[in-house]
Amino acid sequence: MSDDYEHKLEAKSDYVADASSASSPDVDSVPAAELPDQELYHSHSWWTTYVFSQDAKYIGIQYALTAIGTGLLGLVLSWLMRIQLAFPGLGWLDPASYYQFVTMHGMIMVVYLLTALFLGGFGNLLIPLMCGARDMAFPYVNMLSYWAFVVAVLVLLASFFVPGGPTGAGWTLYPPQAITAGTPGSDMGIILMLVSLILFVAGFTMGGLNYIITVLQLRARGMTLMRLPLTIWGIFTATVLAMFAFPALLVGCLMMTLDSLLGTSFFMPAMVSLGEKLTHEGGSPILFQHLFWFFGHPEVYIVALPAFGIVSDLLSVHSRKTIFGYRMMVWAIVGIGALSFFVWAHHMYVSGMNPWFGFFFATTTLIIAVPTAIKVYNWILTLWRGNIQLSLPMLFSLGFIVTFLNGGLTGLFLGNVTVDVPLSDTYFVVAHFHMVMGIAPILVVFGAIYHWYPLVTGRMMNETIGKVHFWITFIGSYAIYFPMHYQGFVGVPRRYFEIYDSPYIDTSTLLLNKFITIAVLIVGAAQLLFLYNLFASARLGKKSEKNPWKANSLEWQTPQMPPEHGNWGKETPKVYRWPYDFSVPGAKEDYIPQNQPPSEIVGAKVEKT
Amino acid sequence: MSDSSLENLPKGWKSVPNDLGSDQTAFKGVQWGKAMMWIFLLSDTFIFSCFLISYMKGRASTVVDWPNTSEVFSLDFMGVPVPLLLIAIMTFVLITSSGTMALAVKYGYEKNKKMCGWFIFATAIGGLTFVGMQAYEWSKLIHEGVRPWSNPFGAGQFGSYFFMITGFHGTHVSIGVIFLFIFARKVFRGDFDTGKRGFFTTMKSDYVSIEILGLYWHFVDLVWVFIFAFFYLW
Repeated sequence: MSDDYEHKLEAKSDYVADASSASSPDVDSVPAAELPDQELYHSHSWWTTYVFSQDAKYIGIQYALTAIGTGLLGLVLSWLMRIQLAFPGLGWLDPASYYQFVTMHGMIMVVYLLTALFLGGFGNLLIPLMCGARDMAFPYVNMLSYWAFVVAVLVLLASFFVPGGPTGAGWTLYPPQAITAGTPGSDMGIILMLVSLILFVAGFTMGGLNYIITVLQLRARGMTLMRLPLTIWGIFTATVLAMFAFPALLVGCLMMTLDSLLGTSFFMPAMVSLGEKLTHEGGSPILFQHLFWFFGHPEVYIVALPAFGIVSDLLSVHSRKTIFGYRMMVWAIVGIGALSFFVWAHHMYVSGMNPWFGFFFATTTLIIAVPTAIKVYNWILTLWRGNIQLSLPMLFSLGFIVTFLNGGLTGLFLGNVTVDVPLSDTYFVVAHFHMVMGIAPILVVFGAIYHWYPLVTGRMMNETIGKVHFWITFIGSYAIYFPMHYQGFVGVPRRYFEIYDSPYIDTSTLLLNKFITIAVLIVGAAQLLFLYNLFASARLGKKSEKNPWKANSLEWQTPQMPPEHGNWGKETPKVYRWPYDFSVPGAKEDYIPQNQPPSEIVGAKVEKT
Repeated sequence: MSDSSLENLPKGWKSVPNDLGSDQTAFKGVQWGKAMMWIFLLSDTFIFSCFLISYMKGRASTVVDWPNTSEVFSLDFMGVPVPLLLIAIMTFVLITSSGTMALAVKYGYEKNKKMCGWFIFATAIGGLTFVGMQAYEWSKLIHEGVRPWSNPFGAGQFGSYFFMITGFHGTHVSIGVIFLFIFARKVFRGDFDTGKRGFFTTMKSDYVSIEILGLYWHFVDLVWVFIFAFFYLW
């Protein structure tokens, strides 16, 4: 190892001679500024600073806190569901509320927690800072976006208090059952859910336009697209996906609202309900499934791509090593994003499609495994011989790789029509999607919070509590979801509110249900520990130095930390390199920030980016 | 420096991401608002595509026959039912308003306040006429018994899709008309010459926003062409 290092030092000294010959003043040249400095909105009252803030950093924090708050509700709902499944004898829930909780848990976690947290939270916080901009392109619209999200959340929560309660149609909201008597909340609950989703889409569109334009048009001098941190690539691509996937959800929601309120028959076939023939006739329930999954599948990647991007950066920073195959990583993100629009009907193998259709979608689905596998290999190769720091973000990132791999492999089973058909609607599916788009992205969220917490508060989070939180969460989620794979194989159907001793259910699953529920409660308690850490550290945490992780990307290079209004003081930064120059042979430090000019690091063997 | 010389730049397909990703902006010299409007319109295209594809699917799978559109949409002119008469006038008015909008953009960039303002006003009137005629058509159809849930001419989905899609498009036109009136006032008041700050956004006014509004207006027209083709000609 040390031999190697000396060898590299030698190689570097050759380079010094080379570089010094070129050390004319224009070694530090950056492209000329294309834009005048951004004009900022300056708040002038408490309301415009903290409530209707137009500063992307504040909006990011507002988004994140609202999303986490809503997510907590989703977490509590999952405890109640699990207690019902393990101990049906307690009779805590009736079937209706079980379905309502399943539905709300799913919708909250996917849309109101993960989408809002990754794009609204991390997007707003990191995009301007990492691109070297002073703020988003349209701060006012950005503010509206957050408040539309708040209204959407309030409408969603309101559905708990209307007659009939929230909808119990499952998060997929399939008609005709979603709006037919017999399904809980088929009256008011579903309407509020649909309205809330429409508001969310409207709010997200306003935010998404901001993210896209800021990344494309507001970068600092020298910040080419291929020098952007992968975090930004992930968030950017996810936003583009959202801009094209949410329209389908919007249209589906609008049509179902009309079906329910006006009695149109977009999705409603002729049917008999409670002994009476309904007035609906001639609609197509399958149409809703197509619309929903045209949104729903890209939605998986809207959640996953930011996680991919963020985890790439965390792995690189905390193993002090260049990301392996940066360009491949970028193309993989873009490729996965593009492919995600051609796979939606793999959610519908058992809905009665033409088998050839299923064959097509199985093929496209399995093709996605290629860029995804490239990413997993590249993460592992980034770690290979890196100087791995087992800090909290690194632990969570490692947890992510394993969990994502696990969830991805079960995805190969479910992507194949013939294997999927017997596994459909069993706990195997539940285990699969929780692993791949529940636990995996959430681990990245935790890692990212531990990583960027000092940037927001200027303090570090408590490491000991964090480690306890990590190990309980990581091992706990395997205790929860591994047994579910088995339950799925023995045929336990999902969405049954009571699994009791019967000839059709293997007795071993009853015991497993109890085991899973205990694990759920322990993991849930660990999240309370995390929350304590999150809020207490803002006051009690150890004061952080500037750039505590010795990272290269621009968000750590602001004149003040936490960054102030306008981020950059007098002048926006100039960028000379990509954010992955770690452990460069010949450099004094083991990292070279993006805005460090070449003249300050003469002798370092830097790759051209 | 050597890496900025032309020989070292990637050639062929590899130059595409290189050009797009170079420096500060992906779209050179494009104002942020304009880029935003293009991306918004792309997203909106997906909304209308979803509507129209759903319509095609719905129409293809109804259990009852679809109404004969040339009868349903015909207008009595001097006692003779003329198919497509009203809709032809509506389409003509809307397309013409696209023309006046284009002229408004041209005069805007020439800083010809008066002509620009009047052409925006004319566009707004065109849009208002369109919405008015659409309201007339809706009331005529409702009068004949067409409802969102059923109609006397055939499949109930006809009314559902017709009212939903033309309603959604009409909302787009109406929002456009409101903004056109606001912009006409701003032009006449000279906001774009003085760079007066926006009431909500506090950002300076610029003639480029007329082009941005124009993009939206042309898009709304283009969508109408598709709705026209799918509803009235099919």
